Amino acid sequence: MSAVANDAIATAVLAQFPAVQQKHADNGRAFLLVPKGDLVAVAHFLRTQKSLRFDALMDLTAYDLLKYPSTPPSDDIAVVYLLFSYQHRHKVTLKVLAPRAECEVATVSGEWPAALYFEREVFDLFGVRFPGHPSLRRIMTPDDWQGHPLRKDYLYPDSYHGVAHLRDGQHFEGSPPRGGDTP
Amino acid sequence: MTTDERPGNRADEQVHMAAVDEFLAWGKEHSLFYLLFATACCGIELMQAGGPRYDVDRLGMIPRATPRQADLMIVAGTITHKMAGRVRTLWEQMTEPRWVVSMGSCANSGGPFSKWSYSVLNGIDKYVPVDIYIPGCPPRPEALIDGVMALRERVKRYRTVGERDRTPYIVAGPEAPFGGHCKVPDFTAKKPDGGGGGSA
Amino acid sequence: MTIEASTPSGERMTLNMGPHHPATHGVLRIVVESDGEVVATCTPDHGYLHRSIEKIGECVEWPMFVPYTDRVDYVCAMNANLAYCIAAEKLLQSDPANTFVVPRRGECIRVLVAELNRISSHLVAVGAMAMDVGAYTPFLHGIAQREGVNDIFEKLCGQRLTYNYVTIGGVAYDLYDTAIDEIRRFLDQFEREMVRFNKLVTTNTIFRDRCASVATVSAAEAIAWGLVGPNLRGSGVDFDLRRDEPYGIYGELGVQVPVGQAFAGRKGSVGDAYDRYVVRLLEILESIRLCRAVLELLPPAAAKANDPIGGWQADVGKQVKRPPKGEVHVRTEAPRGEMGYFLVSDGTKALFRVRCRTGSFTAAGIFHHVMRGIFLADVVAVIGSFDIVVPEIDR
Repeated sequence: MSAVANDAIATAVLAQFPAVQQKHADNGRAFLLVPKGDLVAVAHFLRTQKSLRFDALMDLTAYDLLKYPSTPPSDDIAVVYLLFSYQHRHKVTLKVLAPRAECEVATVSGEWPAALYFEREVFDLFGVRFPGHPSLRRIMTPDDWQGHPLRKDYLYPDSYHGVAHLRDGQHFEGSPPRGGDTP
Repeated sequence: MTTDERPGNRADEQVHMAAVDEFLAWGKEHSLFYLLFATACCGIELMQAGGPRYDVDRLGMIPRATPRQADLMIVAGTITHKMAGRVRTLWEQMTEPRWVVSMGSCANSGGPFSKWSYSVLNGIDKYVPVDIYIPGCPPRPEALIDGVMALRERVKRYRTVGERDRTPYIVAGPEAPFGGHCKVPDFTAKKPDGGGGGSA
Repeated sequence: MTIEASTPSGERMTLNMGPHHPATHGVLRIVVESDGEVVATCTPDHGYLHRSIEKIGECVEWPMFVPYTDRVDYVCAMNANLAYCIAAEKLLQSDPANTFVVPRRGECIRVLVAELNRISSHLVAVGAMAMDVGAYTPFLHGIAQREGVNDIFEKLCGQRLTYNYVTIGGVAYDLYDTAIDEIRRFLDQFEREMVRFNKLVTTNTIFRDRCASVATVSAAEAIAWGLVGPNLRGSGVDFDLRRDEPYGIYGELGVQVPVGQAFAGRKGSVGDAYDRYVVRLLEILESIRLCRAVLELLPPAAAKANDPIGGWQADVGKQVKRPPKGEVHVRTEAPRGEMGYFLVSDGTKALFRVRCRTGSFTAAGIFHHVMRGIFLADVVAVIGSFDIVVPEIDR
């Protein structure tokens, strides 16, 4: 058991995959920006390399960069992989940018089966498709739901199957925008 | 014919004359079997109400796992759009006369999720007719028992033929939104100077 | 399995469990395809309690999200509060201008309430599991003891279930005057009660044999499928965030970590349902010890809430209005395992993204894997042994 520092992990990955970039969030939190095409290979490398051995996927999530005050502005969806090694007790964060138009990232469920559920959730809430996933269905919202709720440009539906969402005469000050496609 | 004059054995104490309907209502009132159905947080309070301290069994309330044996559905917790249709199905499977108690703010009106949530239904009364509303997030077991006692009054008045009382009843009334335990602060009044700690 | 071979030629029956089913702990739906008495496939269906809590986190201000964390996991709301507040504090502190520290007494109270809530959460877990396999009495014992914790919390913060007690920067109120005595009295009484509970359930041959070797998850499987908390430790992985990545004052307490070791003896195997159950019981005992240890460490109350030693709430009112940009990932050990918050802030009053990773979500993810080939009657025992709380899955 020997934890490897975050920079050393980055060096090891960068040596193998030169297209990967080490970046920092606005508050200095380090992460590896992985190009879409390299993701599965990087994941396999991180999981199987003896000195790294990231045997667990702590979390797989995403966030929508639309409306994030970054320079230059972007409308990509960032898929975030938080990895942990029970053997060495170290962590790493991977990010993959999925463009809004062609929102696809290869599945990592072959490396960590825990990703099966996480990816279904990201697909449901963000609309990121994971080619290679055995059963990519909606998990949280009903099957006939329209849109992907956690996207920043999502419009809340007014009703579901003809039943209005709000009560008669109910109105909220400053509530989120409504008028989305009704399922 | 000899009569036993000991208390409780006299003829007028043992024989009651009543209409069949009244008698049935009396029986229903004292054996409100409820559907073991919990969706969210309020379900835990429902469990606690069935536990040893509050013990709703003594009111004749026994949980039933199947809707076909239940008289009362306690909608305990948030109902999402996805779930609402299932609640309706459960309600349809119950036999008449059936009663619905909406327990907690979420089932009443969406509660804390009514404004910002896209998936929560603002009130189960859009799907099933509700007899008793119990406010609280979650309501205490005492509030649930209060609601059940109010329902029992209604069950007592139920008759097989005729109009059924459908007026919604809110436990502790609309003028006491915190169940009457807490004075509602007057937000419109002018604030005295100072006030407000440094807490977040 | 030998039984599978003896069943008639692949005639399958689809059985729909839930979303209303007394043994699914809420509104979980499981579609089971059975081959005789043996489960062939199992497809969980979630989302019946998806309340869009993560979206709400993007709409409300930082401190306003704390009540919603209660509702992410209402069985252990204190732990859920704590997880979010620690994450929010860490994100605030990533700006060097924000120099607040949570007062020492506040940290002690946080650990105290978190451990008390772990006790009450595990009581529901073990009680409900016993109920699922057919014994109703242990559930009532669990519920009865839970009232003791509820009473303390109610006096502490006015609520029995959803506390909103832990805040960003500390806790909302100081302990009430007689709290320490009452907690000590409860712990003493509860410890005696646990002996009775163990006699009734844990050492009960019927219960033990019922759960032994059911739904065994190996250590490698548990890690790969992302199991956390007691489910992971039940499979023999010696890992507890309170000890291995200590937060708050856990580092000073020396947390002992129970791991599964085929407690059911010859009939059992490491990582079966009985192991997960026993690990939870041992954690209850450990929590009793931790509560007592925290009460020893608790510094006396100061007059001011923001006193660095005897206070309970740091001044963060201004900081949360102008938070720094950036992101943070913090994970804490809740009763159902790792509760991790991944927060992204864009510098405004509302968070840009709130992600809550919970233990039940990945536990539900392994269902279709472990339930293949087990008996139909064991399905409820498996759900009980993983201690599923549905809003944690759906959020």
